[in-house]
Amino acid sequence: MMYTLLELVIAGLIVMGGLFGLVGSWGMLRLRDSMQRLHAPTKATTIGVGTALIASNAELFILEGRFAWEEFTITAFLFLTAPLSAMMLAKVHLWQNTSSLSVPKPMGGDSWGVWAKGQTAGEAAANDPS
Amino acid sequence: MIIAYAITFAMGCFALALAMNLWRIATAPTIADRILAVDTMTVNAIALLMLYGAQIGDIAVFEPSMLFAMTGFIATVAYCKYLLRGSIIE
Repeated sequence: MMYTLLELVIAGLIVMGGLFGLVGSWGMLRLRDSMQRLHAPTKATTIGVGTALIASNAELFILEGRFAWEEFTITAFLFLTAPLSAMMLAKVHLWQNTSSLSVPKPMGGDSWGVWAKGQTAGEAAANDPS
Repeated sequence: MIIAYAITFAMGCFALALAMNLWRIATAPTIADRILAVDTMTVNAIALLMLYGAQIGDIAVFEPSMLFAMTGFIATVAYCKYLLRGSIIE
Protein backbone atom coordinates (compact mmCIF):
# COMPACT_ATOMS: atom_id res chain seq x y z
CA MET A 1 0.00 0.00 0.00
CA MET A 2 2.76 2.40 1.02
CA TYR A 3 4.75 1.39 -2.04
CA THR A 4 1.82 2.09 -4.37
CA LEU A 5 1.32 5.50 -2.80
CA LEU A 6 4.98 6.38 -3.30
CA GLU A 7 4.78 5.21 -6.90
CA LEU A 8 1.74 7.41 -7.46
CA VAL A 9 3.51 10.46 -6.00
CA ILE A 10 6.61 9.88 -8.17
CA ALA A 11 4.50 9.36 -11.29
CA GLY A 12 2.58 12.56 -10.53
CA LEU A 13 5.83 14.50 -10.12
CA ILE A 14 7.19 13.18 -13.43
CA VAL A 15 3.96 14.06 -15.28
CA MET A 16 4.02 17.52 -13.69
CA GLY A 17 7.62 18.01 -14.79
CA GLY A 18 6.78 17.09 -18.37
CA LEU A 19 3.83 19.49 -18.43
CA PHE A 20 5.93 22.34 -16.99
CA GLY A 21 8.63 21.75 -19.61
CA LEU A 22 6.00 21.84 -22.35
CA VAL A 23 4.51 25.07 -20.95
CA GLY A 24 7.96 26.66 -20.83
CA SER A 25 8.67 26.04 -24.51
CA TRP A 26 5.09 26.94 -25.50
CA GLY A 27 5.41 30.23 -23.64
CA MET A 28 8.63 30.99 -25.49
CA LEU A 29 6.68 30.73 -28.74
CA ARG A 30 3.51 32.52 -27.60
CA LEU A 31 4.50 35.49 -25.46
CA ARG A 32 4.65 38.88 -27.21
CA ASP A 33 7.75 40.72 -26.01
CA SER A 34 11.37 39.61 -25.82
CA MET A 35 11.52 40.30 -22.06
CA GLN A 36 8.25 38.40 -21.55
CA ARG A 37 9.62 35.48 -23.55
CA LEU A 38 12.55 35.32 -21.13
CA HIS A 39 10.16 34.34 -18.32
CA ALA A 40 8.78 31.08 -19.67
CA PRO A 41 11.95 29.02 -20.30
CA THR A 42 13.89 30.33 -17.32
CA LYS A 43 11.17 29.63 -14.77
CA ALA A 44 8.74 27.02 -16.09
CA THR A 45 11.33 24.86 -17.83
CA THR A 46 13.70 24.99 -14.86
CA ILE A 47 11.03 23.85 -12.42
CA GLY A 48 9.83 21.19 -14.89
CA VAL A 49 13.29 19.72 -15.34
CA GLY A 50 13.99 20.00 -11.61
CA THR A 51 10.78 18.15 -10.72
CA ALA A 52 11.44 15.37 -13.25
CA LEU A 53 15.04 14.98 -12.05
CA ILE A 54 14.07 14.86 -8.36
CA ALA A 55 11.33 12.32 -9.13
CA SER A 56 13.65 10.03 -11.09
CA ASN A 57 16.20 10.38 -8.28
CA ALA A 58 13.56 9.30 -5.75
CA GLU A 59 12.58 6.39 -7.98
CA LEU A 60 16.19 5.21 -8.15
CA PHE A 61 16.45 5.55 -4.36
CA ILE A 62 13.31 3.49 -3.71
CA LEU A 63 13.82 0.81 -6.34
CA GLU A 64 17.56 0.28 -6.02
CA GLY A 65 18.26 1.69 -2.56
CA ARG A 66 21.10 4.00 -3.55
CA PHE A 67 21.16 7.78 -3.57
CA ALA A 68 22.46 9.11 -6.88
CA TRP A 69 24.71 12.04 -6.00
CA GLU A 70 25.50 12.65 -9.66
CA GLU A 71 21.87 13.31 -10.45
CA PHE A 72 21.54 15.60 -7.45
CA THR A 73 24.62 17.50 -8.70
CA ILE A 74 23.03 18.02 -12.12
CA THR A 75 19.81 19.31 -10.52
CA ALA A 76 21.72 21.73 -8.31
CA PHE A 77 23.83 22.90 -11.26
CA LEU A 78 20.75 23.61 -13.37
CA PHE A 79 19.07 25.54 -10.54
CA LEU A 80 22.23 27.59 -10.03
CA THR A 81 22.91 28.41 -13.68
CA ALA A 82 19.38 29.22 -14.91
CA PRO A 83 19.22 32.67 -13.22
CA LEU A 84 22.73 33.52 -14.41
CA SER A 85 21.99 32.82 -18.07
CA ALA A 86 18.67 34.70 -17.71
CA MET A 87 20.55 37.71 -16.38
CA MET A 88 23.03 37.61 -19.27
CA LEU A 89 20.19 37.39 -21.82
CA ALA A 90 18.39 40.31 -20.14
CA LYS A 91 21.60 42.36 -20.39
CA VAL A 92 21.88 41.56 -24.11
CA HIS A 93 18.27 42.61 -24.62
CA LEU A 94 18.82 45.82 -22.64
CA TRP A 95 21.94 46.69 -24.60
CA GLN A 96 20.31 46.06 -27.96
CA ASN A 97 17.00 47.83 -27.38
CA THR A 98 17.51 50.60 -24.81
CA SER A 99 19.61 53.75 -24.92
CA SER A 100 21.78 54.53 -21.90
CA LEU A 101 20.31 58.04 -21.96
CA SER A 102 16.88 56.70 -20.95
CA VAL A 103 18.05 55.29 -17.58
CA PRO A 104 19.28 57.29 -14.56
CA LYS A 105 23.01 57.70 -14.07
CA PRO A 106 24.67 55.45 -11.47
CA MET A 107 26.11 57.08 -8.35
CA GLY A 108 29.77 58.13 -8.29
CA GLY A 109 30.03 59.39 -11.86
CA ASP A 110 30.61 55.95 -13.43
CA SER A 111 28.74 54.60 -16.43
CA TRP A 112 26.70 51.40 -16.63
CA GLY A 113 28.74 48.34 -17.60
CA VAL A 114 26.08 47.17 -20.06
CA TRP A 115 26.66 50.18 -22.32
CA ALA A 116 30.45 50.11 -22.16
CA LYS A 117 30.68 49.70 -25.94
CA GLY A 118 28.34 52.58 -26.84
CA GLN A 119 24.91 54.05 -26.30
CA THR A 120 22.97 51.33 -28.11
CA ALA A 121 23.88 48.60 -30.57
CA GLY A 122 23.22 50.91 -33.51
CA GLU A 123 25.16 53.86 -32.09
CA ALA A 124 28.08 51.63 -31.18
CA ALA A 125 28.22 50.41 -34.77
CA ALA A 126 28.06 54.02 -36.01
CA ASN A 127 30.87 55.13 -33.65
CA ASP A 128 33.11 52.19 -34.51
CA PRO A 129 35.85 53.54 -36.82
CA SER A 130 36.79 50.19 -38.35
CA MET B 1 4.13 0.15 -13.89
CA ILE B 2 2.48 3.54 -13.52
CA ILE B 3 5.92 5.16 -13.36
CA ALA B 4 6.77 3.72 -16.79
CA TYR B 5 3.65 5.32 -18.28
CA ALA B 6 4.44 8.64 -16.56
CA ILE B 7 8.01 8.60 -17.90
CA THR B 8 6.75 7.89 -21.43
CA PHE B 9 4.32 10.80 -21.16
CA ALA B 10 6.99 13.17 -19.84
CA MET B 11 9.42 12.10 -22.57
CA GLY B 12 6.74 12.91 -25.15
CA CYS B 13 6.25 16.33 -23.54
CA PHE B 14 9.96 17.13 -23.59
CA ALA B 15 10.31 15.88 -27.19
CA LEU B 16 7.50 18.24 -28.21
CA ALA B 17 9.22 21.04 -26.27
CA LEU B 18 12.46 20.33 -28.18
CA ALA B 19 10.58 20.59 -31.48
CA MET B 20 9.14 23.95 -30.36
CA ASN B 21 12.65 25.15 -29.46
CA LEU B 22 13.89 24.16 -32.93
CA TRP B 23 11.02 26.12 -34.45
CA ARG B 24 11.95 29.10 -32.26
CA ILE B 25 15.60 28.91 -33.41
CA ALA B 26 14.45 28.95 -37.04
CA THR B 27 12.01 31.87 -36.61
CA ALA B 28 13.47 33.93 -33.76
CA PRO B 29 12.88 37.72 -34.13
CA THR B 30 15.98 38.82 -32.18
CA ILE B 31 19.34 37.27 -31.37
CA ALA B 32 18.57 37.12 -27.62
CA ASP B 33 15.58 34.89 -28.43
CA ARG B 34 17.80 32.59 -30.43
CA ILE B 35 20.33 32.23 -27.60
CA LEU B 36 17.46 31.59 -25.19
CA ALA B 37 16.08 28.87 -27.47
CA VAL B 38 19.46 27.09 -27.59
CA ASP B 39 19.76 27.34 -23.79
CA THR B 40 16.27 25.88 -23.31
CA MET B 41 17.11 23.15 -25.79
CA THR B 42 20.06 21.93 -23.71
CA VAL B 43 17.90 21.91 -20.57
CA ASN B 44 15.20 19.90 -22.34
CA ALA B 45 17.82 17.50 -23.70
CA ILE B 46 19.07 16.94 -20.15
CA ALA B 47 15.53 16.13 -18.99
CA LEU B 48 15.04 13.72 -21.91
CA LEU B 49 18.34 11.96 -21.17
CA MET B 50 17.63 11.60 -17.45
CA LEU B 51 14.11 10.29 -18.03
CA TYR B 52 15.50 7.76 -20.52
CA GLY B 53 18.04 6.70 -17.91
CA ALA B 54 15.28 6.28 -15.32
CA GLN B 55 13.25 4.21 -17.80
CA ILE B 56 15.99 1.73 -18.69
CA GLY B 57 17.39 1.81 -15.13
CA ASP B 58 20.90 2.77 -16.25
CA ILE B 59 23.05 5.44 -14.59
CA ALA B 60 25.41 5.79 -17.57
CA VAL B 61 23.40 8.79 -18.81
CA PHE B 62 24.56 10.96 -15.89
CA GLU B 63 27.85 11.94 -17.48
CA PRO B 64 26.44 13.12 -20.83
CA SER B 65 23.78 15.05 -18.88
CA MET B 66 26.46 16.79 -16.83
CA LEU B 67 28.35 17.62 -20.04
CA PHE B 68 25.17 19.02 -21.58
CA ALA B 69 24.53 21.17 -18.50
CA MET B 70 28.06 22.59 -18.40
CA THR B 71 28.56 23.22 -22.12
CA GLY B 72 25.06 24.67 -22.48
CA PHE B 73 25.58 27.16 -19.68
CA ILE B 74 29.08 28.15 -20.82
CA ALA B 75 27.93 28.54 -24.45
CA THR B 76 25.07 30.83 -23.37
CA VAL B 77 27.27 33.01 -21.17
CA ALA B 78 30.06 33.16 -23.76
CA TYR B 79 27.72 34.22 -26.56
CA CYS B 80 26.07 36.90 -24.39
CA LYS B 81 29.46 38.15 -23.26
CA TYR B 82 30.64 38.30 -26.86
CA LEU B 83 27.60 40.37 -27.87
CA LEU B 84 27.94 42.70 -24.89
CA ARG B 85 31.67 43.34 -24.87
CA GLY B 86 33.01 42.19 -28.24
CA SER B 87 35.30 39.69 -26.53
CA ILE B 88 34.80 36.79 -24.14
CA ILE B 89 37.91 36.93 -21.93
CA GLU B 90 39.13 40.46 -21.33
